Amino acid sequence: MGNLDFSWVNWDVVSKFVATGFVFSVELTAISTLGGIVFGTILALLRLSGKPALAMPATAYVNGMRSIPLVMVILWFYLLVPLVIGRPIGAEYSAIITFVAFEAAYFSEIMRAGIQSIPRGQVYAAQAMGMTYSQQMRLVILPQAFRNMLPVLLTQTIILFQDTSLVYAISAYDLLKGFQNAGKIYGRTEEAYLIAAVVYFILCVTLSFLVKQLQKKIAIIR
Amino acid sequence: MSWDWQVFCKNTSDGAVEAACWAKGADITYFEWMIHAWGWTLAVAACAWVIAMVVGFSVGVARTLPASPVLTRLANAWVELFRNIPILVQLFLWYFVVPKAFPFFQHVPGFLLVIFALGFFTSARIAEQVRAGIQALSRGQRYAGMAVGFTTAQTYRYVLLPMAFRIIIPPLTSESMNLLKNSSVAFAVSIAELTWFAMQAQEETSRGIEIYIGVTVMYALSAFAVNRVFAFIEKRMRIPGFIVAGTGAGGH
Repeated sequence: MGNLDFSWVNWDVVSKFVATGFVFSVELTAISTLGGIVFGTILALLRLSGKPALAMPATAYVNGMRSIPLVMVILWFYLLVPLVIGRPIGAEYSAIITFVAFEAAYFSEIMRAGIQSIPRGQVYAAQAMGMTYSQQMRLVILPQAFRNMLPVLLTQTIILFQDTSLVYAISAYDLLKGFQNAGKIYGRTEEAYLIAAVVYFILCVTLSFLVKQLQKKIAIIR
Repeated sequence: MSWDWQVFCKNTSDGAVEAACWAKGADITYFEWMIHAWGWTLAVAACAWVIAMVVGFSVGVARTLPASPVLTRLANAWVELFRNIPILVQLFLWYFVVPKAFPFFQHVPGFLLVIFALGFFTSARIAEQVRAGIQALSRGQRYAGMAVGFTTAQTYRYVLLPMAFRIIIPPLTSESMNLLKNSSVAFAVSIAELTWFAMQAQEETSRGIEIYIGVTVMYALSAFAVNRVFAFIEKRMRIPGFIVAGTGAGGH
């Protein structure tokens, strides 16, 4: 272990190389979590609608996304998005679009489980009140489904944060890339990877601890 | 836009279209290259899967052992460590940092280092499933083993593990499919697997869409094959009289 050298690491290096990448990783995580939940919920509602014309495309989309590696999805969107809109948009925007589209498939499975976990009686009660379908969903089912699934959604967000490192495939400037560049400048990539691992580890362990605390707090006793 | 599916039949050295998509002599076509790359993907995934299963089951069992707090704690630490670092970062650790810190690993081929990275990463997830599976069994199962005079090892071997294994086949199936998909990160250290092939071939031919469709189909087929193999195992392992998860009726 003797030939590792961390003496080049100081606050200037961190703020110069790593901070930008960290901000992008967090941004990407936040935007794709929010976008993923919104589109995922829509996909879940389509799949549960009972109308094959709506359910089948949604099912195909979710299963398709889930059966290919995220890296391939990233490469796909990086190639296709400029073709569709007719101009290059850069790795960062392409990454954001990819992650929202990809995570929607994963979040939709979580929301579908959440909606299905709501007792049938809730629907009947809402119907008895004379609510329309959209009112039932908006006011009764979805808020409960979301609350029940909150810990799972947050756990998925932690996985999502780890997965943002895969934008390496299209050279977007994320947290890992920040460490890699800093390491390259000082000729110490190995040390930079080691610090990156420690940083990801501490962030993810802390976040999962917080999710566990939240889970205890919001557990509903039925 | 126009399709050019002949790109797969093109020779990789001079770009000439070969008859039957199969080049003669020392040359290969993009199609042949893709099949080679597929072989690498399957080889990486299969070897890593063996490591993941062996380590995952050992660590998972260690987490449920009665009266071994030290071992349990070590096993828990293992799971936390390998679960909370992104796979790509773990891959770089194995590929770049480990050989630098421990000179012995400089002689280990890169292919093996990638397998360690993927295998250990997945082992943490499998260990979690194994622990959950064993803990889902009623306490009576363990007591039954003790009552007939089994040692702890025998209780696990003959009672707990066969029961737990059947319960966790569905999550094991998804973990195995995930392992196959995660093997795509090996492109980052230039292992000649499918994703790496896709990036190289798209660079060379500029027919990205056709190449990516080909590779995506290969991945989807492989994942589907894994799924079918596990469905077959699940069916063969089913014990009459026990309702196994996945039939909609819940646990046994």
